Amino acid sequence: MASTSDDIIKNSNGLGYTASSAAHPETLIKPPAAPSKGQDTIEVRLEFGGGLHLLFSSQPRHTINLPRFVPDSDASPPQPVNMRYLVKWMKGNLLSEREEMFGDGDGVRPGILVLINDADWELEGELEYELRDRDEVVFISTLHGG
Amino acid sequence: MPPTPCSLCHTARALVKRPKTGQPVCKDCFFEVFETEVHNTIIEGDGIFARGESVAIGASGGKDSTVLAHVLSVLNKRYDYGLDLYLLSIDEGITGYRDDSLETVKQNQVEYGLPLKILSYNDLYGWTMDKIVEQVGRRNNCTFCGVFRRQALDRGAAQLGVDHIVTGHNADDIAETVLMNIMRGDIARLGRCTAVTTQSEDTIKRSKPFKYAYEKEIVMYAYFKKLTYFSTECIYSPDAYRGHARVFLKDLEAIRPSAIVDIIHSGEQFVLEQNVQKGMKAMQTCLRCGYISSNDLCKACALLEGLESGLDRSALRQTQDNSSAAPTGHRTIPKFERYSSGTSTPQDKALAQPTEGIERAVQAIEIR
Repeated sequence: MASTSDDIIKNSNGLGYTASSAAHPETLIKPPAAPSKGQDTIEVRLEFGGGLHLLFSSQPRHTINLPRFVPDSDASPPQPVNMRYLVKWMKGNLLSEREEMFGDGDGVRPGILVLINDADWELEGELEYELRDRDEVVFISTLHGG
Repeated sequence: MPPTPCSLCHTARALVKRPKTGQPVCKDCFFEVFETEVHNTIIEGDGIFARGESVAIGASGGKDSTVLAHVLSVLNKRYDYGLDLYLLSIDEGITGYRDDSLETVKQNQVEYGLPLKILSYNDLYGWTMDKIVEQVGRRNNCTFCGVFRRQALDRGAAQLGVDHIVTGHNADDIAETVLMNIMRGDIARLGRCTAVTTQSEDTIKRSKPFKYAYEKEIVMYAYFKKLTYFSTECIYSPDAYRGHARVFLKDLEAIRPSAIVDIIHSGEQFVLEQNVQKGMKAMQTCLRCGYISSNDLCKACALLEGLESGLDRSALRQTQDNSSAAPTGHRTIPKFERYSSGTSTPQDKALAQPTEGIERAVQAIEIR
């Protein structure tokens, strides 16, 4: 087993950006299109790595509010919002440029890794994962140079 | 979904689905298998390192070379390879692109306690990429950058007195290169692009310890270890041809993750027949700078001459007027100093048979 004494550094984000390269790394933005925080909403934290923040107003961290259930849906019982909803919402509300660099069909482009609460989303059901309040979702592009 | 247990320790929660095997693994087991697989690549056969060897890590500040510097530092201690490790970075002179990543390398130098050498195109060739692009435009500048970087790494290694350069090329990169070489019909490169270590007679040894490491796992490793790297895209024409191969490969990987390692294995199966190999150019040293070359002038000297003459097109066509002396007033590349005995004389030049062959055809295709 790898021992923690191997760790040489512990003070970086491991996401390939520096504070100086990001527009406002600590700013939390709540786009006007998002519903206001309340009983029927959940808060989701998003972070972008591998240069992806450049597609999101150069901000690596965003905190957003989503409705708890998919709106305008006749489904009964109401359907909780999932990753498919989040990706679509991001394309409509958060993405500032070059949609084709992020989205592919309903999902994200191959080569973008997604972690939900630090777990590979491939273990969490990918687009079908149902979001909960305070979930943290990290998107990391692997498409840029090494 | 209930948490998936780790398929190796069966206790901790799995956080990574391994692309190569599909296994769900926890963070600690992931570190363990990732590092062990790199170690296995290193010790396979006779091993790529000799004890006491000095090794330069080609460090760009990007994810691959940063993870490589970390993993090699760890493995060197854990398995007592006895290596002297250095970081070697090339400053291409691209404003707004290299600045941040070189800062990252400087931080890595402190974090890993490894000596760092930075060599710039400007010092070596008298040209920055910014100036080159100003002259030749954006279309062909990757050719200059690729040729100049390769030689700069070798020269930096020679100055550090190291015998061996390791680079962060990962499984995805190698699979991409296999595809590109097949599409271009470049059988010479196809034959050697899958080798972990390459060394022609006179060059510094180069190895790719991440040959079997998937890009996804490298990124996950950097993320979970919170390593300092910098992710950016070159502001000058990203390598379009490689870009197509990359997107195709990522699409394949999405369908069947083992496709990447399968393509590497396919590449390994290509073996050039002896009589085909004979038809290819013999290596000699550049008459002007002494660097290894398949022509009288190495590619870097030919490109530099074109730049100095203001003839960008002819530089790309590699027309050589066979003069070992640079035209008056032109800047030249300093003598390659590692192999003083290999310096060519006019007699050597007369003996060297310029062979027309596959390599020339290949260059023509590649450069277009």
